[in-house]
Amino acid sequence: MTPTYYLLLSALLFSIGAVGVLVRRNAIVVFMCIELMLNAVNLSLVTFARINADLGGQVMAFFVMVVAAAEVVVGLAIIMAIFRTRRSASIDDTNLLKY
Amino acid sequence: MRTEAPLVLAQAGADATVSTGEAVAFWVLGPIAVAGALCMIFARNAVHSALWLVMTMLSLGMLYMLQQAPFLGFTQIIVYTGAIMMLFLFVLMMVGRESSDSVLEVLRGQRLMAAVLGIGIAGVLAGALTRALTDVPPAPAMNPWTPEGGGAGGLARVIFQDYLFPFELTSALLITAAVGAMVLAFTDRHSKQGKRSQRDLVEARFRGEYERPSPKPGPGVYATSNSVATPALLPDGSIAPESLSSLIESTPTAQLQAHRKQLESRAAGSDTHALLDPEDGTGDGDAPAGAAATATEDKA
Repeated sequence: MTPTYYLLLSALLFSIGAVGVLVRRNAIVVFMCIELMLNAVNLSLVTFARINADLGGQVMAFFVMVVAAAEVVVGLAIIMAIFRTRRSASIDDTNLLKY
Repeated sequence: MRTEAPLVLAQAGADATVSTGEAVAFWVLGPIAVAGALCMIFARNAVHSALWLVMTMLSLGMLYMLQQAPFLGFTQIIVYTGAIMMLFLFVLMMVGRESSDSVLEVLRGQRLMAAVLGIGIAGVLAGALTRALTDVPPAPAMNPWTPEGGGAGGLARVIFQDYLFPFELTSALLITAAVGAMVLAFTDRHSKQGKRSQRDLVEARFRGEYERPSPKPGPGVYATSNSVATPALLPDGSIAPESLSSLIESTPTAQLQAHRKQLESRAAGSDTHALLDPEDGTGDGDAPAGAAATATEDKA
């Protein structure tokens, strides 16, 4: 077994997340799938850092985590605001941003 | 910066494989992560999806620790499973647990297309990675306890020396995100779209926006019964239709009917104001209706 297996695992998780974004209708679950994709990329970054013995990949994964935290906070607030006006968390119901 | 020396060294060492312990851990944690991701997609309930994703993220954190990144692994567990997923669960509780997906397919063939696309992405990524990385032997493992390793010390050295400005930028990003979330999630109770005040409601009622200006009559409360199933009586002794609960009305209970007839004083020999029930004489005239009401509550 080589570290390439980690990259294959990350590719698999990324694809599963992408399929989830395409298939699911609930906005919160779609958001979770995006988190899964970010995590898969983090795993590949950590693996690259390990293959090259360079900490730059780990720092990159660290920054991805920070940005993901900020993104989740804002995204969930948007979902809450939409739910408050539309009484629905389905992305099919959301076709207008203001009303 | 990294020179080519470690790569050459690693090639000379020909140590392309990982240790047996790491391989075992990978083959335990990897399938758990994939199973969690798949179950997250296929779970109908959004709360179940969140919990499956927590499992995936936990095993990913342990995979980080396997790869000489202990600080990142613990950060993953604390930040992702501890903070982000709990935030997801909080929002799910507020938005409504039953906000699950509809089984209806809005676009025809979308799921099939998505599956084909996903398999395609996985195939392209896997093929590219395996072909690109055949001749790349991994460098010797980093020691997390040295300043060059993946521990907190080594990571801090890189962040606070090479990446100091991006690190400061992330603080600005986090503050902006927090303020933005507060602005987005805040509702002004006194604004136009907010909750209507009592005065607004009264004016709207008398303007005719509602069915009737007054509240509906409550259920009848008498000395013989105080059940919610007992209807209120109008001055002429007939039943006020607005006081009937549709929930109770929809339950076919003969007892309820008899009790109502008796209250309506059209049944023979009954007195609505009598303390004793003329039929059984035990004085607990509200027992049948009360039992029916309890049964209805249980059903609901």
